[in-house]
Amino acid sequence: MRETKLYQIGTFAVGNRLLDPEDRSAQASPDRANSITSGHRACQGCGEALGARYVLDAAMRAADGDVVVTNSTGCLEVFSTPYPESSWQIPWVHSLFGNGPAVAAGMAAGLRASGRTSTRVVGQAGDGGTVDIGFGCLSGMFERNDDVLFVCYDNQGYMNTGVQRSAATPPAARTANTGVIGDEPGNAFGQGKFVPLIAMAHEIPYVATATVADLHDLEDKVTRAMGMHGARYLHVLVPCPLGWAAAPAETIRLARLAVESGLFPVFEAEHGEVTAVTSIRGKVPVDDYLRLQGRYAHLFGDPGRPDLVARLQALADRNVVRFGLLDSDDGTQNASLGS
Amino acid sequence: MREQLEGSQAVARTVARCRPRVVAAYPISPQTHIVERLSDLVRSGDLAPCEYLMVESEFGAMSACIGASAVGARTYTATASQGLLFMAEALFNVSGLGLPVVMTVANRAIGAPINIWNDHSDAMSQRDCGWVQLFAASNQEAVDLHVQAFVLAERLSSPVMVCMDGFVLTHAVEAIDVPDQAEVDAFVPPFVPRQMLDPTDPVTIGAMVGPEAFTEVKYLMHRRQQQALAEIPSIAADFAARFGRTSGGVVHPYRTDDADTVVVALGSALGSVCRVVDDLRAEGTSVGALGITCFRPWPEAEVRAALAGARHVVVLERAFSPGAGGIVGRDVRTSIGSRTPVVDAVVGLGGRPVSRATVRRVLEDVSAGRLTPDDLHFPDLRRDLIDSEPATRGGPRA
Ligand SMILES: Cc1ncc(C[n+]2csc(CCOP(=O)(O)OP(=O)(O)O)c2C)c(N)n1
Ligand code: SF4
Ligand SMILES: [Mg+2]
Repeated sequence: MRETKLYQIGTFAVGNRLLDPEDRSAQASPDRANSITSGHRACQGCGEALGARYVLDAAMRAADGDVVVTNSTGCLEVFSTPYPESSWQIPWVHSLFGNGPAVAAGMAAGLRASGRTSTRVVGQAGDGGTVDIGFGCLSGMFERNDDVLFVCYDNQGYMNTGVQRSAATPPAARTANTGVIGDEPGNAFGQGKFVPLIAMAHEIPYVATATVADLHDLEDKVTRAMGMHGARYLHVLVPCPLGWAAAPAETIRLARLAVESGLFPVFEAEHGEVTAVTSIRGKVPVDDYLRLQGRYAHLFGDPGRPDLVARLQALADRNVVRFGLLDSDDGTQNASLGS
Repeated sequence: MREQLEGSQAVARTVARCRPRVVAAYPISPQTHIVERLSDLVRSGDLAPCEYLMVESEFGAMSACIGASAVGARTYTATASQGLLFMAEALFNVSGLGLPVVMTVANRAIGAPINIWNDHSDAMSQRDCGWVQLFAASNQEAVDLHVQAFVLAERLSSPVMVCMDGFVLTHAVEAIDVPDQAEVDAFVPPFVPRQMLDPTDPVTIGAMVGPEAFTEVKYLMHRRQQQALAEIPSIAADFAARFGRTSGGVVHPYRTDDADTVVVALGSALGSVCRVVDDLRAEGTSVGALGITCFRPWPEAEVRAALAGARHVVVLERAFSPGAGGIVGRDVRTSIGSRTPVVDAVVGLGGRPVSRATVRRVLEDVSAGRLTPDDLHFPDLRRDLIDSEPATRGGPRA
């Protein structure tokens, strides 16, 4: 293969063609599975479409192409399979909105009982399909330690049905049913759940968070997860230009700023203990992240709501301390959670 | 070999001999003994290879069945009542995807008020979910229907529910012939899925279908159900040839040929009905019985033929549609036309026994003109309870 000179270095660059071949991303390879191919109906700049390609191509590479996938109802399912077309080049089944983890568990059981033990199962759903309506099935799949990698593409809302709130929608965000109305406009503070921590409470072999901004980190985590058996959970932040009212070209920047502000902690955990945290390289104020998104516009107009911005900043700061997201002076991390 | 067995134990053994690769189940009375026994059989290695998934809900159970069936594994579950309702969304999905899941429904009432006893409200509530619904009249038939159900489901690529009356059958101990492994293996061929998830031949299953082709998908489902009406008797005939006993089929007419009045029933009540028919015949009354084994798809032609000579038809309903009337009776009326009066009698709700005395009284009331075709009747209603309800509570007075 001819070496292409592209000035892409560092973990945030897609492809990394300047790296040694074995260190390059799956996306850099012309032989990648291209699990979800072009022609689907996602919006421009859809983080979920990107995330699904990254995750599944990495999973396909890790499992030598021996992967079967289930997909819960949501944007990803809808934009990829308008009959009679399909963007999926891998075996793929959609059943319902709330049952993805159980379908995946059944697939794993069926494969094992049929002696097809090399075939690996990946389940995928949006945040609604994972943390809300699919949560009972997810928890069951976790506690039974079924041999499934379940991936949540978290775009922080029910995008497919027109951008309503989910339990992963952040406070203050405007959605179609958390309008900019009243004293606390947008989604309420003090609600919602961060499912990676709940996944850890099941003490499953592997839990990780990632974003579409850091391809290498995301692929590494998929590869690590595919190298293990049992229940594994990957929670990927995937910005949604439509739901977040952001420019399609800002998807990667938004995912990066979510991390760099401390609002979205990126870490790994094994058997219930945090094993690695991606530290923030240059911490940014939450404003930098929020101002790019129309769903937070009410926080910045005139008069704006600096008090609510401050509350969001406090949440980010809490994450920084809780997960040890900043390297301390002596180079060690200062986490209050995990080891 | 005939053995004294509890109905549930017999069904569990039979299902095991049909070699499901995945059993995913959630406990609910009166289904529990079936799935407990299957768990034992998997743990002991008597049923192998098989994965038994202890899921977190019936919704999870049916969903796991979907996943297992989609990868090409023979798949089984069992439930009842609230559990069947909890599965409802997945039931339609299974039939829409054409997955040949086999499920036992240990028929039980639906609350509120919560009630664990037998009637047919659960299965009837899912009448239109696109599954074949077979009703066993006895434990022997329950056993035999399961063997036939796997063949039918996989031949049609369509899910099949085997309904057996909760407690009345599931917990009754009687002499049952459970076919042995070699016999079942000879009757139930290995599962060859119509399509499955396979990395060497990737397919997309469960795509989104809009107005341009949705009707066609549903139409094909309907045609497949109609095809079942031909397959069911043919599988039953094969079964009879191999096992030497008659089980299954779509209807069981009993002494209907010259009967003036025919009683239509589903499930275990059929036994009592046939005994009453014998008694009344001995007394010179011209009655017969029609058992409906296959409730969905509805065997319209067979029902019409069996009731062709009847001057009165009485349907024993073990569930009904509040504010509308009988469920089975409506199908019967559609099948035979307005020529013959059809009386709908709701009996045996929530475990109230359908005794021979009840059946006899219903028939006497019909012949005396006390039960008429223009209303829904509740012949075993306890008037004393209705009348003792204080008027101050409001609501309708009967
Ligand atoms: C039982 C059920 N309830 C509601 C819906 C409607 N529905 C379909 S997709 C969806 C939201 C999907 O949200 P999410 O899982 O976050 O995926 P996204 O579209 O955001 O990627 C909803 C509410 C449904 N299909 N099924
Ligand atoms: S609404 Fe959001 S998640 Fe859905 S396709 Fe558009 S960008 Fe992607
Ligand atoms: Mg979402």
